[in-house]
Amino acid sequence: MKSNNKNNQKLFTKEIVLESLKQSFIKLHPKLMVKNPIMFLVEICTVVMLLVTINSFFSGTDHLQFSIYNLLITIILFFTLLFANFAEAIAEARGKAQADSLRKTREETPARLADGRTISSAALKKGDIFICEAGDIIATDGEIIEGLATIDESAITGESAPVIRESGGDKSSVTGGTKVLSDKIKVKVTTEPGESFLDKMIALVEGASRQKTPNEIALTILLAGFTLVFIIVTVTLKPFADYANAPITIASFIALFVCLIPTTIGGLLSAIGIAGMDRALRANVITKSGKAVETAGDIDVLLLDKTGTITIGNRKATQFYSANGIDEKQMIRAAVLSSMSDDTPEGKSIIELAGVNPLSYAVNAPRFIRFSAETRSSGIDFEQSRIRKGATDAIKRIVEKAGNIFPEEIEVKVREISGKGGTPLVVSENEKALGVIELQDIVKPGIRERFERLRKMGIKTVMVTGDNPLTAKFIAEKAGVDDFIAEAKPEDKMNYIKKEQSAGRLVAMMGDGTNDAPALAQADVGVAMNSGTQAAKEAGNMVDLDNDPTKLIEVVEIGKQLLMTRGTLTTFSIANDVAKYFAIIPALFITAIPALQSLNIMALSSPQSAILSAVIFNAIIIPFLIPLALKGVAYKPIGASALLRRNLLIYGLGGLIAPFIGIKLIDIIVSLFI
Amino acid sequence: MNTEILGIIVMFTATLALALPFGKYMAKVYGGEKTLLDPVFNPIEKACYKISGINIKKEMNWKEHMVALLTINLVWFLLGMLILMTQQWLPFNPDHNPNMSADLAFNTTISFVVNCNLQHYSGETGVSYLGQMWLMFLQFVSAGTGLAAAAILFKAFREKTTDQLGNFYNFLMKSCTRILLPLSLVVALLLVFNGTPMTFEGKDQIVSLQGDTVNVSTGPAAGFIAIKHVGTNGGGFFGANAAHPFENPNYLTNMVVMFAQLIVPLAMIFAFGYFTGRKKFSRMIFGVMTVGFLLLTLPNINMETNGNPAIAAMGIDDSSGATEGKEIRFGAAATGFWSIVTTVISTGSVNGMHDSTMPLSGMNELLAMMVNAFYGGCGVGLLNFFIFIILAVFISGLMVGRTPEFMGKKIEAREMKIAMIIALLHPFLILVGTALATAFPAQGASTLNNPGFHGFSEILYEYTSSAANNGSGFEGLGDNNLWWNITTGFVLILGRFLPIIGPIAIAGLLANKKYIPESNGTLKTDTATFGLMVFAVIAIIAALSFFPALTLGPIAEYFSM
Repeated sequence: MKSNNKNNQKLFTKEIVLESLKQSFIKLHPKLMVKNPIMFLVEICTVVMLLVTINSFFSGTDHLQFSIYNLLITIILFFTLLFANFAEAIAEARGKAQADSLRKTREETPARLADGRTISSAALKKGDIFICEAGDIIATDGEIIEGLATIDESAITGESAPVIRESGGDKSSVTGGTKVLSDKIKVKVTTEPGESFLDKMIALVEGASRQKTPNEIALTILLAGFTLVFIIVTVTLKPFADYANAPITIASFIALFVCLIPTTIGGLLSAIGIAGMDRALRANVITKSGKAVETAGDIDVLLLDKTGTITIGNRKATQFYSANGIDEKQMIRAAVLSSMSDDTPEGKSIIELAGVNPLSYAVNAPRFIRFSAETRSSGIDFEQSRIRKGATDAIKRIVEKAGNIFPEEIEVKVREISGKGGTPLVVSENEKALGVIELQDIVKPGIRERFERLRKMGIKTVMVTGDNPLTAKFIAEKAGVDDFIAEAKPEDKMNYIKKEQSAGRLVAMMGDGTNDAPALAQADVGVAMNSGTQAAKEAGNMVDLDNDPTKLIEVVEIGKQLLMTRGTLTTFSIANDVAKYFAIIPALFITAIPALQSLNIMALSSPQSAILSAVIFNAIIIPFLIPLALKGVAYKPIGASALLRRNLLIYGLGGLIAPFIGIKLIDIIVSLFI
Repeated sequence: MNTEILGIIVMFTATLALALPFGKYMAKVYGGEKTLLDPVFNPIEKACYKISGINIKKEMNWKEHMVALLTINLVWFLLGMLILMTQQWLPFNPDHNPNMSADLAFNTTISFVVNCNLQHYSGETGVSYLGQMWLMFLQFVSAGTGLAAAAILFKAFREKTTDQLGNFYNFLMKSCTRILLPLSLVVALLLVFNGTPMTFEGKDQIVSLQGDTVNVSTGPAAGFIAIKHVGTNGGGFFGANAAHPFENPNYLTNMVVMFAQLIVPLAMIFAFGYFTGRKKFSRMIFGVMTVGFLLLTLPNINMETNGNPAIAAMGIDDSSGATEGKEIRFGAAATGFWSIVTTVISTGSVNGMHDSTMPLSGMNELLAMMVNAFYGGCGVGLLNFFIFIILAVFISGLMVGRTPEFMGKKIEAREMKIAMIIALLHPFLILVGTALATAFPAQGASTLNNPGFHGFSEILYEYTSSAANNGSGFEGLGDNNLWWNITTGFVLILGRFLPIIGPIAIAGLLANKKYIPESNGTLKTDTATFGLMVFAVIAIIAALSFFPALTLGPIAEYFSM
């Protein structure tokens, strides 16, 4: 799996770390900090502490040791800020590095216009037409208006096998940065410069156009609420302490406040969001908004095309059956000749199965009969032969019209094939039935297990197919999908989506054709294939560069991971406060109320060291959790309640206990110095 | 087993056993089904509606509900001010009690309108019988208001998508006539049989053996005391509240009134399950509340029965427990149990001096009011709990990788905003109130009986009790002055109406949203796991908000003992 190789890429490379370090300082600018209210408060506290420290050193009234203590608190707060900025910066840098590597290829690409001029790809405008020949790199996203070419898309998809793109139909779109291997095509530019999907994605990751998702907003409100609670708690503590004759220093106040507000999640929140989009990009999915990734985690119903998703490619010929008294060679020859000009995947698979080059039959002056909806058959006329291939009833009509008998054994075979979910094609020569070709759908290996996994996530899978209900049912059962739409017309998909949505469910679908576009737009998550038409790509809110229809499953997991990472780190952050209280509160009052020594359950060595340890723990937990924020919490489809128990145990109980251990360890080290 | 403990267990189990069928009955009442008392009350109610021109068939949305609720409460408040400030000249005043001062009348009326019943006066000398009767009326309707508000919540979660949430006046009337009145009648009769007075005569006189003449206050007490408990009000007819021998004559009445204050909040939890068809969800709520209740109660019973070690150290026998400030006829265990019942539920009646309980018992009483959602007051307990549910749903929804939803409705930014404001309000009122009183000692702190940590606990308790609409006093405060009357008055209003409006607003908004059917990925909210989550949210919020304040009060006192 090529996408997995990309996932295994190291979290931190040297360049990314250096760039992120630089960004951590740039992001200290209050204008940027204010976007993150929690960290902005920490910044204010840092400034206040800085002033207090300066005053403490130069006023001459404070003991030197106390001034140094103030200075230490200031420095730790400063590092807390840097760590939070670093988290965001590194998430951005990683996304950018990924996007840049895609962008780079085409920035220096010259484009040869139809009128002969050569200009840089950056100068291409929507509607321009350029020409690409074998060996050229396609300058920008566009649509083939003339010609056919084999194209190497490995730069984007990592897939080395070349693909065919041709004008008209659903395979006409080309992506900038890919390479033409053969032939010549005329391409019409479909996007304005800077507005291709990739550009949009880069802008999202870089934060320029990143808006908070509804869920992020709701979480921010929760965190703001907690922050306000702690503002109230710390501010009112001042008169309480004075009343108890236990005055508190400014440094201790600020330390208490910064430790209590949810800085851990506050510092990591935007990194988590960016990393979610980045993970999608690493799975070769370009998302148009962060919201789409989030919504993916909520999907209830998944619409999948049968062809290519559930079954391998198209139907394949699997067997030739000749009628009684007909030589098998004659039957195969007729089958191959009838498929000579048939470039549908079915036609090609017949030739493939026969293993004969049609040209070896060397027929004279052939005339090809194209498939039409009326005759429902196709074939070839040459010399004295009239070979036809088509649906059973169509061929039967031809045979019986000429006064010949349609053999009973063929009828039996046809029914047998249909019953197995296959498609029978009958072949005739000169109005005599020769035999049957069996076409079968091959269900992809492992697809059943993937659907099982989806079911455990609570997602219903629906197979969409043009087959008749009988065949559809057979394949649906074989593949293990929950429901199917047989003989589907484009509007059927649309209606199904609307029906599910009106029942309150969220629907995701994948599509590539222009006639998929309305359904892609209607679906809550519409993933368009990169090989699909421009219209489809515009209508969806994600584009899959690999053209892998099972990608939706990964997208759903990425969405879930995103929410889970936010939830678990919030829980962790808030649970941490309990231990911080037990470190700081006794330290604040112990001098005035020695009895409170009993509350110092961690047996921290001194009030100063207790407060310093809590603040240090509060700061270094952020970089400790950066890898988790970037990778995301692992999603396991074990049912919601079990998942909640698991995460509560790890991040809730863990969040309760970890700081007790962490603060104690830091205290042991700190107490060596003071 | 110790009979004192056994008595408590029997009382609690009996209440629980009765709460189930009573909850079913309440669900019927709010569902508009036929009930036993219809023939008696239907004609009276119809007449009332006809006179007042109210059409109870008109369905209200949540905003109309709140307008109705606030308006009628304002009317009661104004009438109350008028009566208390002119009672001297009005009838039913055989003891010739004077008019109340404006600030005391303000505090008293507010306190009864909001179901708190913080009392900065003594019933014997402060109010006329007419005043008492008016306060008794308020005890009915304020409890009814809370129940009606909860009924709106019931309604919001019964339908899939709706903004038709029933009629407020109908809910209010039904709460009073079908739930509060019949229960109160039974309790009042039991009290009268045990010696509680119910008369309009003035003071009785007795001549003691020494020949001294003693004036004994009486009055229409039994009715007042019944609704005071059934309606989780807690305001005493006499100054000494339920420790007064006329209010609470013996061990039996002590148990009866404890039953009276527990029954409606308990039944309300089950009524929610019956009404919405989510009985398992009700059991989850009951489980969480009961665990919280027991975690506070059991240590209190233990500490109170074990007695004060400082007294034991002086060589004084304290085998009957920490008896300071307690009535011998109830005993240490029942008083310890009561101290938590009355604080977890917003009753606030006391049968002993909370000021004299052990330091950590005092802390538990404070915590019970700080949480204010383990059972809680009539209707409002459930509303408070609902806020914690919303917060728990949000966090746990994220933890299972789904945007949070509750009963098929998505919880979004707007609901979170409201939930957070309400969750913030309680610590805000308590801590800021206490901070002001300690920052300006000339106003608040100077009236304390006790200095130091205990004095701080007294201030903290007063504001906690006000914000939680509890009304019990730690006492030890000289609380009838301008400062206490006005500040606690405002805390009372804010602590009452915002926590009603908030949850109802959330329920109304959710009721309007599209219903999402459950799937395998949906987090079930009626499981023990989710219950644990709710409990954790409650514990963390209470612990994080109040830990520093408690440290300087009861905890410091405990460690210094």
